[in-house]
Amino acid sequence: MTISHFGAVLLFSLFTSIVFGITQRTEPRMMIRFGAFCFALFVGGTIVASWVMWLIKF
Amino acid sequence: MATDVTAQTRAQSSTFPMMVLIAGWLVPGAGHLMLRKWIRGTLLMVSIVAMFCIGLALKGKIYSPNTGDLLDILNFAGDLGNGLLYILARIFDLGQVTVQVATADYGTKFMVVAGLLNIISAVDAHSLATGRKRS
Repeated sequence: MTISHFGAVLLFSLFTSIVFGITQRTEPRMMIRFGAFCFALFVGGTIVASWVMWLIKF
Repeated sequence: MATDVTAQTRAQSSTFPMMVLIAGWLVPGAGHLMLRKWIRGTLLMVSIVAMFCIGLALKGKIYSPNTGDLLDILNFAGDLGNGLLYILARIFDLGQVTVQVATADYGTKFMVVAGLLNIISAVDAHSLATGRKRS
């Protein structure tokens, strides 16, 4: 199996956010909101960190 | 009302929460399924098993018990969190290849994180069983 770096980020973020959402909140509505928040933070954080590394290098 | 009484009785029983904890560790999502949280249990099971399988498919490494590098010990502890998945992987000699490409290292991390997430979900199921977490 081969996977792109960004594909790995998306899969990791998706599955981790699902578990965080279910385990860290009590109401189903809040679970979905927290899961979406975690997913956005994972993906957004990775993109920001990638650009920071690029700026440091060049 | 009857459901509340049943839940209270289960919470008072000391063995049931421990059974939920152990089942949740051995089989991802099983703790929630035992508590009749069907959707949550299924989502947890799919997420954790998928992460573990993707890790194996990426040719990630499964750590064995060791007394070497501290990070190796911690990675083993993370892998151990996968319960039966880890035991099956060891029995069938999966994930024993040397990491050679970046995506294989991702695979290793996928499996370690899957184990840690499984521990979180098992503890969550235990909290539900004892009544410490409301719902």
